[in-house]
Amino acid sequence: MKDQHLVTLDVNGREYEVVLESRRTLADVLRQDLGLTGTHLGCEHGICGACTVLLDGEPVRSCLVFGVQADGRSVRTVEGLADGDELSDLQQAFSRCHGLQCGFCTPGFLMLAEAYLDTEPAGDPEEVRDVVSANLCRCTGYQGIVEAVTEVAAARRKQRDG
Amino acid sequence: MLRGAGVFVDDIAQPHACHVAFVRSPVAAGRITAIHTAAAKTAAGVRAVVTADDIGRPALTAVLERDEFVPTAMPLLAHDKVRYAGEPIVAVVADSRYLAEDAAELVACEIEETAPVLSLADHDAGVPPIHDEAPDGVLVDLQMFADGELAEALADAPLVLDETFRSGRVAAAPLEGRACLAQWQDRDDQLVVHLSTQVPHQVRTGIAAALGLAERQVRVVAPDVGGGFGLKCVVGREEVVAAAIARRLRLPVRWSEDRQENLMGACHGHEQEYRVRAGFAADGTLLGVDADIRCNIGAYSVYPFSCAVEPLMAATELPGVYKVGRYAARGRGIATNKPPTAPYRGVSRPQLVFVMERLMDKAANRLGIDRLEIRRRNTIRREEFPYQGPNGISYELGSYLEAMERCATEIEQAGWWERRKSDDGLLRGIGIANFSERTAYGTATMGMRKMQMTPGFDVSHVRMDASGDVTVTTGTCGHGQGHETTFAQVVADRLGVDPARVKLRQGDTDLASFGWGTWGSRSLVIGGGAAAVAAGRLADQLREIAGELLEADAADVELLDGHAQVRGVPDSRIGIDTLASTVHFRSHTLTHDEQLLEARGAANPPGMFSNATHAALVEVDPGTGDTKVVDYLVVEDCGVVINPMIVDGQVRGGVAQGIAAALYEEMTYSPDGQPLTGTFMDYLMPTASEIPPIAVHHLVTPCELTETGAKGMGEGGTIGAPAAVVAAVNDALRDYGAEIDSIPVRPADVLCVLRESA
Ligand code: FES
Ligand code: FES
Repeated sequence: MKDQHLVTLDVNGREYEVVLESRRTLADVLRQDLGLTGTHLGCEHGICGACTVLLDGEPVRSCLVFGVQADGRSVRTVEGLADGDELSDLQQAFSRCHGLQCGFCTPGFLMLAEAYLDTEPAGDPEEVRDVVSANLCRCTGYQGIVEAVTEVAAARRKQRDG
Repeated sequence: MLRGAGVFVDDIAQPHACHVAFVRSPVAAGRITAIHTAAAKTAAGVRAVVTADDIGRPALTAVLERDEFVPTAMPLLAHDKVRYAGEPIVAVVADSRYLAEDAAELVACEIEETAPVLSLADHDAGVPPIHDEAPDGVLVDLQMFADGELAEALADAPLVLDETFRSGRVAAAPLEGRACLAQWQDRDDQLVVHLSTQVPHQVRTGIAAALGLAERQVRVVAPDVGGGFGLKCVVGREEVVAAAIARRLRLPVRWSEDRQENLMGACHGHEQEYRVRAGFAADGTLLGVDADIRCNIGAYSVYPFSCAVEPLMAATELPGVYKVGRYAARGRGIATNKPPTAPYRGVSRPQLVFVMERLMDKAANRLGIDRLEIRRRNTIRREEFPYQGPNGISYELGSYLEAMERCATEIEQAGWWERRKSDDGLLRGIGIANFSERTAYGTATMGMRKMQMTPGFDVSHVRMDASGDVTVTTGTCGHGQGHETTFAQVVADRLGVDPARVKLRQGDTDLASFGWGTWGSRSLVIGGGAAAVAAGRLADQLREIAGELLEADAADVELLDGHAQVRGVPDSRIGIDTLASTVHFRSHTLTHDEQLLEARGAANPPGMFSNATHAALVEVDPGTGDTKVVDYLVVEDCGVVINPMIVDGQVRGGVAQGIAAALYEEMTYSPDGQPLTGTFMDYLMPTASEIPPIAVHHLVTPCELTETGAKGMGEGGTIGAPAAVVAAVNDALRDYGAEIDSIPVRPADVLCVLRESA
């Protein structure tokens, strides 16, 4: 087969080398080649955000990015959020606020929110609602998601301001 | 889930699995004259190209044992006719989905296009039939209630409303589409199918029947399921095709639909039209309702529920919380060249509640009665329960009026009426909707439908291992409803152990002996009820053994905090884990002949009624026609609340889906039957920006018919929201004399009625 590329990826701090066809999406690379199935595919056309991962810290739809475009870059997926057994503050908040039901959209929302929280936002509920409206959830009616992200924004702000 | 460690079908590693891509009909109606597969067969990575003839033309046929029902077969792959755009014709099996899709493009189907029947209007115009068996296009026609005195009651009524209400076709659109992974296992002489489904046992039956296998030879496992909402409680033809191929090729085969397939090719729901005549007395009392209900059920009757689900539900349950006086209703399922409809969340009740609430508001306006007052005059009151409706239903105790009064108080206190008055150019309106939702239909109730297979009961096994941990099996099959949590609560409560020690196993036909899956707000009530019964029996066993060890009468032993102790004697206690290990490892020390700690329970309640009142506050922009729901409030009563967080979550998620159906979502088609809403770009699933915060308040009327006192509540949110939202829109438009009687209400519809009334 022609059209194969050797690609190096840093995923959640670990280095991977994969041989890819150019049309292979980053989502498929993560899920199928690296076995990181936490990243989900809900539409494969860039609307639902279930496949959101961080590429060099920026949230991207991994169904719209080709694997080869991630060559030499760092990718963060939902599998990289928890510290061993310890869930991250954001993951805990999702659980506490009932921010998930079937859980299919959850990884995408977590990564979207993680990127947002990294910007050290004020995190008022209106802004949070606006930000999370980038992704779709069919189960929750969004309230738990908005509450979880708002809570974490407040907690992190408090920690920062010490 | 939070770690990305959930296992959905598509996450199951199976390195040598082939992938299926379907070649689907490009037209809505036509005759297949030739299928050319040669080029695809030799394409890279292709293992097989399969047509209906290759797999022996199997079909799924749903049957209702009623004269008014015409059974029609849904072939797994179309072979003579195509009946909707997106119908699968050929399955291409290749080493990857990429290669399967490449090869699918090389398949050519020759189809002689014919004129499609898309709408009820097309049907009325007499376009040729879709199924030869049903020359008039009517697959089911149910005159549910005839009433000789109805005509007279309407003729004499001071106010008669003669109205038509419509609702658009919507897609359940779970975020995880349908998916399966099928493999034949020689060792067990079994086809193992991992599938994203709500009803594993029914899928097993469907696959076994279609492929000529014994039930034992099919094992269906539902791992994590990313939402179902009814779509996944019917057996999908594509999944059975994948199973057939796996059996034939003796290869693991997977199919995961993409969003386009899900929107175009999977089942839809709720495309309905209600022609209703309703008579009211001058004081607003409803004197009689005559309804003619037609459902556009698409091209096929789905298996196993059939196409009668929507018309039957609509015609039977239209009255809802109201005393309708005299009542007659006819429900019909009309075949069209669109995808079949499945029982989508709420099944006709979002529509029938919308219809009844519109009637109430219209009559209130015409008679000059307050909107709440007219409802007070017609709602079934507490002292009238058990209420026997003219629709043959007996309603058990509910809090219909109490919920409305509480809702009225809450919105008053939340300042909605003040907000409605604010004068900034936007039109504001408040809508209220009352409803009851029959949930957890047991065998007796489902039996009246006359399905060939009658769902209803469920069973559960509870067993305690040697360390005192408890495993519960159920035939219900959750997909985000939090069964793991609520079942554990119910069982732990009976056994006096920490819920963390109770693990639920669900979604596996080899684990649970049988079950009817998760739909119709049945899981916690029936499945959880069965688990509670089983846990109660296990608790009896524990008490017996503890009685022996503590030298007390079993009846005096209580189970709490992980211990068994003699009532009132706290220092006479023994750990439940000690009891468990004694039974397993040291049974020689007991005279009791208990060898294992396990019990079975069953539940089969008749079906009960949860109720709620929903209220919506909307803002309509008269310039753009855009409507936004800005506040939302629910007062609901689902009996004993086992877990408030989960109940609230279900309500909120349901409301979001209801708001979606009221304002945003509709599957639309071009005049020749091409789907125009094949992506999330065109099919407008609401985001967090469109869904307001939703306040949920609870009333608790314990249910005497269920083990836990709980009533089902999974669908209620979806049921109340369209009615409440449209009532609010109409309230906002009231000064203009404009009215909207169909959903979804799009900006263009608002502008249109505003222009007409100007
Ligand atoms: S799967 Fe990538 S945005 Fe939906
Ligand atoms: S939790 Fe199911 S899609 Fe969001």
